[in-house]
Amino acid sequence: MILRELSELPGVSGDEHRVRARLWEAVRDRVDGGRVDALGNLITWKGADRPGPKVMIAAHMDEIGLMITRIDKDGLLRFRKVGGIDDRVLAAKAVRVGPDGIPGVIGLKPIHLLKDNEAKKAVSHEELYIDIGAASKEEAERVVRPGMYATFATAFGELGDGLVKGKAFDDRAGCALLVELLALDFPFPVYGVFTVQEEIGLRGARVAAYDVAPGLALVLEGTTCADTPGTDPHGQSTLLGHGPAITVMDATHIPARPLVDGLVAAAESAGIPWQWKRTTFGGTDAGSIHLTRAGVPAATVSVPCRYIHSPCAFMSLRDFENTRRLLAAFLEDVPRVAERLAQGSA
Amino acid sequence: MPALYADVDRVEQLIRQLAAAYGPSGHEEPVRALLSAHVAPLADEITVDRLGNLIARIRGQGGPQARRVMLAAHMDEIGLIVTHIDDKGFLRFAPVGGLGPATLLGQRVVFADGTVGVIGAEKLEDVKDLKMERLFIDIGAGSRAAAAQRVQVGSMAVFAQEVAGSGSRLTGKALDDRSGCAVLVEVMHHLRAAAPPHEVYCVFSVQEEVGLRGARTAAYAIAPDMALAVDVTPSGDTPQGEKLNVALGGGTAIKVKDRSLISHPKVRQLLVDTAAEAGIPYQMEVLPYGGTDAGAIHLTKSGVPAGALSIPARYLHTPGEMVDLGDVAATVDLLVAVLKGPLPEMPA
Repeated sequence: MILRELSELPGVSGDEHRVRARLWEAVRDRVDGGRVDALGNLITWKGADRPGPKVMIAAHMDEIGLMITRIDKDGLLRFRKVGGIDDRVLAAKAVRVGPDGIPGVIGLKPIHLLKDNEAKKAVSHEELYIDIGAASKEEAERVVRPGMYATFATAFGELGDGLVKGKAFDDRAGCALLVELLALDFPFPVYGVFTVQEEIGLRGARVAAYDVAPGLALVLEGTTCADTPGTDPHGQSTLLGHGPAITVMDATHIPARPLVDGLVAAAESAGIPWQWKRTTFGGTDAGSIHLTRAGVPAATVSVPCRYIHSPCAFMSLRDFENTRRLLAAFLEDVPRVAERLAQGSA
Repeated sequence: MPALYADVDRVEQLIRQLAAAYGPSGHEEPVRALLSAHVAPLADEITVDRLGNLIARIRGQGGPQARRVMLAAHMDEIGLIVTHIDDKGFLRFAPVGGLGPATLLGQRVVFADGTVGVIGAEKLEDVKDLKMERLFIDIGAGSRAAAAQRVQVGSMAVFAQEVAGSGSRLTGKALDDRSGCAVLVEVMHHLRAAAPPHEVYCVFSVQEEVGLRGARTAAYAIAPDMALAVDVTPSGDTPQGEKLNVALGGGTAIKVKDRSLISHPKVRQLLVDTAAEAGIPYQMEVLPYGGTDAGAIHLTKSGVPAGALSIPARYLHTPGEMVDLGDVAATVDLLVAVLKGPLPEMPA
């Protein structure tokens, strides 16, 4: 399963090259060509000369993580967050630092030494540090430099009834889906784009979309799945195991209605379970893509993942497979959807 | 003071008609249909782009003085989007555009198909607990299935409040920015008659309230030499109100800055000089927050000299937005006066 490898590879925003290399290896025989642009996006294509709308399918390669900012006298590493991370998930987690994957732990005072109120508060990431077992600044500097990235050290695994766990399902799940989709053949031009720097502002997709100039775009995501205790039913963005999630609005994008309708119709006619994504915060690469040049109709489809932006997320393999089926069914309908888009702007 | 160009009765009628239409961000079709009918006899060409912007072009007479000018007013209004339908048929929602919970409690809202709902709240211990996620829309459905007959997740609602007149002042929903849309249509009437050299693109934009989105892609396609947004701006003249320079009835507001734009100095000066010369009432608008389509337009391609004219308004983003028809007329007058004359070389 390529998801296993993709999940375990480090690739924090700006440092996606290992993920990119693995993805290129996976898709090179499935596409007509590919190139890496100035920001590091991997842009692949097949059937570029075919008639019909250029369809861009995007998934981002980067994951949230940490960046080393300072090495203390005692050899401990101070860091900043890259992308949205809840400080509460950081303490006491195992991480890997730098290109060589130096093992470390995010350190915290032991419970025996805590003062009265300290145990009741989450510790800010500014007070936390990564301990790689170095006894001094000099010793740490032999293997680590400020500017190096760190990722959570989470092994991929299978559990429960058809679930998998691992880091970076947001958005390696989308990347794995795109790899699958590129095995299909289409009567219209398809651009499979693996983007960089989504987690810090939808940056890679913006320039990639400018370059590709698509007629319509699909964004594949691993999205939040708040079906856990403490969340009201109306605050649950998606439910694990209930199929692919279709977005109606988020903070960066209102998807084009003909695409949303086309996705729903494809799911219904193929009998694929699906769900609405029921919260409107957050953003995806569709936020940048749809505002490119004179505008691009776009939509986002996501695999629900519990505990994203944390060291370990859960995903249902059935959801993954149903998302793949939905996308494949929708792509068969693209000529009809494109007709509806054209009518809408006549 | 009588208007220089604007036919105030005609503009008022159009504002009332446009404001009554349904058109939250991303679902501007009804507004676009109304506007298309109004601008069809006035434009040389009408297009709808891929995001749904309505673009009406007046060709102009051409010549060495001719410039390509983009005017923008947004069609969309703030609204609510359904995010969840519960077992009993109550709808949970998220805001579309800038809305606070206090504005919503007890309001009547309406969906695209005419379904009416009222906004209720969970029992609150303290008014401070009034949060968006504790509100819901009740459309009178007794069950999830009954509700799902009329709305689904993703359906959007807007305030149900038609415009009422109060002397020279109008109050109602969506005057932001249907009054700006009406200004653009009225300007087109006069440009048609005056036949200036400039090629003028009147853009009725989509999705302004969620991030100036439509204007950005329209500006890319048009690539104008100069652009003006026409929108509303909050006034500072209500009891214990914000300290803002703009007053209702004080004339059209020439924007100096907001959070999305610092108006190009030449554009601003052109507006001020033209208003002063023609005796059109105006005031200067310095807004510490907020943005308009001009904010997106001026950063398009290699940059567009841009500014904005604002219609002063009270109670923005509520069902009771209020504008003064004298200010609306002054906005029309200043735009017509500017576009009839020569435009400065830009950039310089």
